[in-house]
Amino acid sequence: MDRIPILRLRDLLLVTIQVDMHDRLAMQLQDELTARISETGARGVLIDISSLDIVDSFIGRMIANIAAMARVLDAETVVVGMQPAVAITLVELGLTLPGVRTALNVDKGMALLESATGEIEDLPDTDAGDTE
Amino acid sequence: MPVTRSEALELRSAADVVSVRQAVRTWAIEAGFSLVDQTKMVTAASEIARNTIDYGGGGVANLELINEGSRRGLRVVFEDTGPGISDIQQAMTDHYTTGNGLGLGLGGAKRLVNEFHISSRVGEGTRVVITRWK
Repeated sequence: MDRIPILRLRDLLLVTIQVDMHDRLAMQLQDELTARISETGARGVLIDISSLDIVDSFIGRMIANIAAMARVLDAETVVVGMQPAVAITLVELGLTLPGVRTALNVDKGMALLESATGEIEDLPDTDAGDTE
Repeated sequence: MPVTRSEALELRSAADVVSVRQAVRTWAIEAGFSLVDQTKMVTAASEIARNTIDYGGGGVANLELINEGSRRGLRVVFEDTGPGISDIQQAMTDHYTTGNGLGLGLGGAKRLVNEFHISSRVGEGTRVVITRWK
């Protein structure tokens, strides 16, 4: 079965969605990401959706759920790279993603996460523990 | 209304929703839709395809490239033989859901297309027709 890779960079988790996700894959990503936040003590999650050419209500709900679960686990989520046609469609569909931070690109998303979580700490790669 | 081409796609599993999205995208490009119009039609089709599986127990999506006078359009007909919908008006209301979704599927899809038609008989099934013109 397909799997969407979750990369760890210092205390951030990075996800780039590059496939047209079916619903089970979206649910799996939601579960895995939540588990990884808890395991790693990540402070921020960046989800790059620049390759997604649609976001329907199911995928939108998954994104909102990830942001809500991350917040409960003391991590901030930012969604970056939404295509303009996707944004127009999403709003017309009636989905405005309340509570989800967005940024135009990865650079801006990283800057947003850094300001939201305080300076991103430079943890050694082997250290999965939370130093705070 | 002349149908210049049609294709039937089965809707049984979550992966079939992805296949319908991809087919609608290809056909919308062929019909000459702008990127925004393609995205709206694909998103609407995705919502209804998911309903056909989740609430209708599966069914079929029939894609049709249509001509009316000088205008071209894309129509997708979704049919299932599931339990049907007893109160269509309620089902069309935003945020109303009997499942675990957001309740934006039907109402949201209607806003994304030019023509939307739904008919249903309890115990027999549901038919949803969405059309978008170039």
